Amino acid sequence: MAKKPIDQNDNLLEIRDLKKYFQIGENTLKAVDGVSFTIKRGETLGIVGESGCGKSTAGRTILKLYDPTEGQIIFEGKDLSKLSNSEMKPLRREMQMIFQDPYASLNPRMTVGDIIGEALDIHGLASGAKRKERIQELLSLVSLNPEHMNRFPHEFSGGQRQRIGIARALAVEPKFIVCDEPISALDVSVQAQVVNLLEQLQEKMGLTYMFIAHDLSMVKYISDRVGVMYLGKMVELAESDKLYSKPLHPYTQALLSAIPIPDPEIERNRERIVLEGDVPSPMNPPSGCNFRTRCPKAMPECAAAAPQWKEVEPNHFVACHLYN
Amino acid sequence: MQQLTKEHFQPISVDLRQAEQISRPSLSFWADAWRRLKQNKVAMVSMIFLIALIVCAIFVPMMSSNDYFTTDLAGKNKKPSAEHWFGTDDLGRDVFVRIWYGARISLEVGFAAAAIDLVVGVIYGGIAGFYGGKIDEAMMRFADILFAIPYLLVVILLLVVFEPGVGTIILALTLTGWIGMARIVRGQMLQLKQQEYVLAARSLGADDMRVLFKHLVPNSLGPIIVTLSLTVPSAIFAESFLSFIGLGVSAPVASWGTMANEGLPAMKYYPWRLMFPAVFISVTMLAFNLFGDGIRDAVDPRLRK
Repeated sequence: MAKKPIDQNDNLLEIRDLKKYFQIGENTLKAVDGVSFTIKRGETLGIVGESGCGKSTAGRTILKLYDPTEGQIIFEGKDLSKLSNSEMKPLRREMQMIFQDPYASLNPRMTVGDIIGEALDIHGLASGAKRKERIQELLSLVSLNPEHMNRFPHEFSGGQRQRIGIARALAVEPKFIVCDEPISALDVSVQAQVVNLLEQLQEKMGLTYMFIAHDLSMVKYISDRVGVMYLGKMVELAESDKLYSKPLHPYTQALLSAIPIPDPEIERNRERIVLEGDVPSPMNPPSGCNFRTRCPKAMPECAAAAPQWKEVEPNHFVACHLYN
Repeated sequence: MQQLTKEHFQPISVDLRQAEQISRPSLSFWADAWRRLKQNKVAMVSMIFLIALIVCAIFVPMMSSNDYFTTDLAGKNKKPSAEHWFGTDDLGRDVFVRIWYGARISLEVGFAAAAIDLVVGVIYGGIAGFYGGKIDEAMMRFADILFAIPYLLVVILLLVVFEPGVGTIILALTLTGWIGMARIVRGQMLQLKQQEYVLAARSLGADDMRVLFKHLVPNSLGPIIVTLSLTVPSAIFAESFLSFIGLGVSAPVASWGTMANEGLPAMKYYPWRLMFPAVFISVTMLAFNLFGDGIRDAVDPRLRK
C-alpha cells in the first residue's frame, strides 16, 4: 500500500466518553457506555467485537444519526454532540456512511441515478446536465458502468449494490466515512473487490475510515489501528500489528485465538481460548468490569470497580485490572 | 460420444466491462407490476368489465331516449323488450336507464369514499407511524375508540341529523372507513423507517419531508393501492345495503340498492325488477374484488417469480 504517512498528531475526530443509552420500557439499554478514542486524518480505524456490542451504534452516534446521551464528538475541532439537525446539515458533507446490507440500504423505488443524485439534490451541489455528469463520474469511480444510472437497485448483484452505496457516500466528497460492516453481507470473492476499492479510494481522495466489522482477518488487512469493543465499552485499542501480535486484554486474546489458520497441521494443534457463557444483557451489565463474568483471569477486584482506560504502552490502550 | 481434446477449447477474453453488462431490459416497479397484472386473466377480465361499467354509467343515461324519473303508468311492470331492454318498474320507468343511473351513484360513492379514506388514512397513519412513540400511541387509541362505535348506529344517527342522500352516505362511510387505511400506512411507516436507506438519506442530511415523501410513501404505495382497490367495492356494497334497508338515496333518484328494495315485493310476478339490480351489484362486487386481488398479487414482491 502506497499510502501517505499518517501524522500522529493530526486528529480528524476525537471521541470523549461517548454514551448512547436507549430507553426500552422501564429499562435502559446501554448500547455505548463511555467510549473514548481518536481517529487520525487519513487512517483506517478498525472496530471489532461480537454482534450487539455497540459497534454500529457507536458509528451511527458519531455521525449523529442518533443523539448521544453523553460525551463529545469533536470533528476538526468542533463539538458535534450538541448541534441541531439544521446545524449538522453542512457537516453531513464531511462525514458519510456505508451500510452493511446492500439490499436494504438502497431505496428499491429509486433509480441508481436518483439514489446517488439525492446527495447532490439535498446539498444543491449540481443540477441538470451537471448532475447527470457528476453521477456518471461517481459510477465510473466505483467501476460501474455509467450507463446504469437509469436502472433500479434490484437489477444489480450484492457487490454492485455495495459499490452504488459507496458512490452515494462519495457524492458529497466527505473526509470521513463510517463503514458499518460493508463486506459482511457479501461473498468472499466480492469482499476482496470492495475492500480493494475502499483502499484505492482512500489513497486517491485522502479519506479517513472507521471500519466496523467482525471479520478479524479482514480488519487486520485494512486497518492501521484496531479497537476492540465488548458490551458497549472499548476494551483495547492499538496499532493493528501490535494488537494481533501481542494482545493484552483477555477478551482480545480470546477473540484472536478464534481466527482459523489456513494450515491443517497448525490448525489442529492450535490452542483456543473458549469463553464460557453468553454475552450478558446490555440492559443489566455486570458490576465493575463487565467482562468479568466470562473472563478466564477474573480477580476479586474486577467486580468492585470498572477498570481504567489506560495507555499501558505508547499507542496501546487497554481497560483491564491486570494492567492497572 | 465425441472425444474432447485440448484443441476444442479456446480461451475467451475476459472483459470487465462485459461482466458489468445487464441484459435484462430495465423495468421500473410499476412496469413490472403491470406486466404481472397483464398475465392474470381473471384480473384483466375484471378490469375490462369495470372500464365498460364506468363508460356505460357515464354515457348511457346521456344518450338514451328514456330518463330515470319519467313515469308512464300505462306501461308499468313491462317485460324486457326492444323498447325497454330491462323492462319497466311499477311506475313505468325504464329499468335499463335506472340501472346505469344507479351505477353512477354507486361508483360515485365508491370512489369518493375511497378517495377520502386515502387522503385521511395516509396522512393520519403516516404521521402516527413516522413520529411513533407517544404521538402514535395517542392517535391509534383515538382511532380504536372510533372503530369501536357500531357502524350502523353512526349511519342511522347521521341520516337522522342530515338529509338522506349521497353526501350523507359518503360522510357516514368515511367517518370510520379511513381507519383501515391509517392502520396499514402506520404499519408500513413503522417498518420502513427502520430501513437502512432511510438512515442513508438521514446521513446525507435529508429532512423529514424528504424522507417521508421520497422514501416512505413511495415504498408504501403497493399496500395503499391494494387497500384502496378493496375499499371501493366495500363502499359500493355499503351504499347498496343502506339504500336497500331504506337509509340511502330518496326517490326518484335510483340506486342499485333502492331498486332492489322496490323490486323485492314484486319478485314473484316481475322478477326482472329485482334481478337486474341484484346481478349488477353482485357482478360489480366480484369484479372489483378479483381486480383488487390481481393488483395485490402484482405489487407484492414476495409473489415475484
